[in-house]
Amino acid sequence: MTDEAKPPAAEPERTVPPEKDVAPRPNRPFRIFIEELTTASTFMVTVLAVVLALLVGSILVIISNDSAREAWGYFFAAPLDAFEMSWYAVRDAYVALFQGAIYDPAKPSAWGSISETLTYAAPLTFTGLSVALAFRAGLFNIGAQGQAVFGAIFGVLAGFLLHLPPVLHMLVALVCALIGGALWGFIPGILKAKTGAHEVITTIMLNNIAGIFLIWLVVQKGFQNPERTDAISKSAEENARLPRLLGFLEGDLRVNLAIVLAVLAAAGVSWLLNRSTFGFELRAVGGNPDAAKTAGMNVAMTYALVMAVAGGLAGLGGASMSLGLLPFALTPGVIANIGFDGITVALLGRAKPWGVLAGALLMGGLQAGAVKMNAVGGVPTDMVYVLQALIVIFIAAPALIKTVFRLRDGKASRSTATLAKGW
Amino acid sequence: MKLELRGITKRFGDLVANDHIDLVVEPGEIHALLGENGAGKSTLMNVLYGLLRPDEGEILVNDVPQTFRSPGDAISAGIGMVHQHFMLVPVFTVAENIMLGAEDTKLGVLDKKKASAHITEVSQTYGLPVDPEAVVETLPVGVQQRVEIVKALTREVDLLILDEPTAVLTPQETDELLEVLRGLKAAGKSIVLITHKLREVKAIADKITVIRRGKVVGTADPGESEDELAAMMVGRHVQLVVDKSAAEPGAPVLTVKDLSVVDDRGHRAVTDIDLEVRAGEVLGVAGVQGNGQTELIEAIMGLRPAVSGSVLLGGAELRGRTTRQVLDAGVGYVPEDRSTDGLVKEFTVAENLVLDLYKSEPFGSKLVYRPEAVARNAKDRIEEFDVRTQSADAPVGSLSGGNQQKVIVAREMSRPLKLLIASQPARGVDVGSIEFIHKRIIRERDQGGAVLLVSTELDEILALADRIAVMYRGEIIATLPAAGATSEKLGLLMAGVTGD
Ligand SMILES: Nc1ncnc2c1ncn2[C@@H]1O[C@H](COP(=O)(O)OP(=O)(O)OP(=O)(O)O)[C@@H](O)[C@H]1O
Ligand SMILES: [Mg+2]
Repeated sequence: MTDEAKPPAAEPERTVPPEKDVAPRPNRPFRIFIEELTTASTFMVTVLAVVLALLVGSILVIISNDSAREAWGYFFAAPLDAFEMSWYAVRDAYVALFQGAIYDPAKPSAWGSISETLTYAAPLTFTGLSVALAFRAGLFNIGAQGQAVFGAIFGVLAGFLLHLPPVLHMLVALVCALIGGALWGFIPGILKAKTGAHEVITTIMLNNIAGIFLIWLVVQKGFQNPERTDAISKSAEENARLPRLLGFLEGDLRVNLAIVLAVLAAAGVSWLLNRSTFGFELRAVGGNPDAAKTAGMNVAMTYALVMAVAGGLAGLGGASMSLGLLPFALTPGVIANIGFDGITVALLGRAKPWGVLAGALLMGGLQAGAVKMNAVGGVPTDMVYVLQALIVIFIAAPALIKTVFRLRDGKASRSTATLAKGW
Repeated sequence: MKLELRGITKRFGDLVANDHIDLVVEPGEIHALLGENGAGKSTLMNVLYGLLRPDEGEILVNDVPQTFRSPGDAISAGIGMVHQHFMLVPVFTVAENIMLGAEDTKLGVLDKKKASAHITEVSQTYGLPVDPEAVVETLPVGVQQRVEIVKALTREVDLLILDEPTAVLTPQETDELLEVLRGLKAAGKSIVLITHKLREVKAIADKITVIRRGKVVGTADPGESEDELAAMMVGRHVQLVVDKSAAEPGAPVLTVKDLSVVDDRGHRAVTDIDLEVRAGEVLGVAGVQGNGQTELIEAIMGLRPAVSGSVLLGGAELRGRTTRQVLDAGVGYVPEDRSTDGLVKEFTVAENLVLDLYKSEPFGSKLVYRPEAVARNAKDRIEEFDVRTQSADAPVGSLSGGNQQKVIVAREMSRPLKLLIASQPARGVDVGSIEFIHKRIIRERDQGGAVLLVSTELDEILALADRIAVMYRGEIIATLPAAGATSEKLGLLMAGVTGD
């Protein structure tokens, strides 16, 4: 037997011997920063995905720009022209994007662009949280769109059917929106719980139903705006509308209470996930439903509840558009695409509440910037959707990002892979 | 094949899982790798098989240095591996599974005939009968294991790695496997065998290398006694069979009457079972896997509805209750399969330690969950149960198999219980930890708890049980006091032979 004579008393935890510990080591925050930068952490992957998307997007900008295209047409006669024109096109487009999103000297108020970004970001935060919450429970909520539609409807109905004092009316309308969305989310949840129907299929169907119901509703007597012949409902009363935050500044700034509510919602979801028993159950069910069941959790009930809460969040997103923006009424396109954009936002935010808020700000900025980009450079606003799609592709393919940027495999890369797999 | 590992080092962040490991496996040698949970055995084998890249060190095959970028490289160098958790596609046939990754094709079309012929040839040569047309998910684990071995052998490997191959096998299947390994050895193949069962090591190994905390601590020869091997593994003396006094049974705690349960396919799995466990005693349920033990336990736990009968806990009916209610009534449960039913892999060790306690004080109330209390609890449990983990916040999936098991045991045995139901509580756990877990179970008993122990491991049953019930085809065919029981007698009963 060649064992050591006696067992070493209390072996210390094995650690890597520091390699040549000569100079004092850089302080901790800095090391973490470097590690974050050089390893394939989820944060870096996200940032790089955005950068890469903007790079690829610039090609589209060049193609959509008349003078750049023209210059490429006589490339062999004057090759520099082509590059110069392309550079101008890309520069103008992205400068416009920046101006539209963050600061535009041409606007009457310095807050003009930020106001727009926040206006776009608020509903996206809600729908992003909705998708993210469901995702943490292992559910893919494609239905945020339909849930937001119902939120918008319930909110506006409460806005013009009820007559209540200020503040109270708004709160009641918001609660109605929450309930409307929650109901529309609960349906696929309970279907999954009771029959096992896959939530992706049911939510897609419910999206269609919600969209068509909205189109039908806005032209019904008693709902349609009597002064109009087009598809628009009556407007919510003044008391039920979300007040503007920067109304006292000049420049007609649209940003309203919704963004404040969105931040509160992110905080609420964060609390729910990390500090409530329901959040613990939700995450356990998302991680391993069999183990959750064995540990005494009611998996079916959790699915139904999660979908209801997710629906409620999306419903608030819908209301933040129908009660927060002109004309404070229902139209077939009242909530635009916030439900589907919420999927991108949840992905950008890695299904974490504060990440979702950051993702929504980014998406909101892109959308605000796209308007300006279109106005200045003639870049189609659809460009934003192309960028959005590219970001999703790059995030869903962390391996691609890693190869492109030759990142070291980081500690966090495993969770990236899981997320990519989940989606 | 001669295999040599020189100075293999593998780090996971700050943790050195393999610390300059040297290992030589001679041609035709069965080399056993022993070590406690988390020692780094699986990591070393994953490095050798090309699944992990070493940070330092080299691998030499027949004295030629190799670089393995993937298992494909390892296979072409003649190395095959049977993993702790099988890597078969359940809905594929045996032949399809074996072909996977090395498909025989004829003009671009899969040539199943040729593959089947090849499989039959290999299985005849080595005495490993498999039916190429059988669908894998319908096969017992022992046969699935055989499929994995045949799969490796069809790749013409010269060195076969087996990572805890016997953890899920019945004693009979284990004996068959050892016979197969002898045959392979006779055919000149080298084998690296990882196991926690010292008896197997002594029965078959030519050489033994012991790893502790990532380092080779020595080699031994199979002639050494189990006690010596155990001491070498964990670095202290291990009591292989726990001391216990005679049981002092009190009032009945669990009374099962005429219980019938059906399995997932609707077949009767448990038929009219009567069972009683009293306070202060351990009832061992012995039986070959698949004789209804799983369904019986799941019915008691409220995880599976019973068809008829009743389950009483201290006089109160449990049948029809939810799992939550059963747990709250004072039942602790160590499920048979830790990865599917016992743990949430993405959760941290701390979270897994309260997976079924998160709603009770101090970890939470009806609404609020308290991570601080959970973290404090984790610190204590990790220390008490010697869970080897980088931190309480590491995902439980990064722990070695045995340490994952300890997390479950720690969770279930650290609150006051009326009844502990433990199914294979020591599966995949090293000798040191088996000793610890067994002691805890006996302590539970001595404090007046009732213990229902289900195990396919006869040694475990004999070591712990005060009374033994043998299950066969969904029925309890005999209940006997542990005092008079022997492995031979139990072995016969488990095979359904009652008459004597
Ligand atoms: N992917 C990983 N990331 C981080 N740590 C890991 C990873 N894989 C293994 N480890 C750690 O490396 C150590 C060695 O693990 P390994 O699985 O090799 O142990 P083992 O000897 O096979 O133990 P067991 O007998 O329990 O199976 C453990 O402390 C484990 O927590
Ligand atoms: Mg292992």
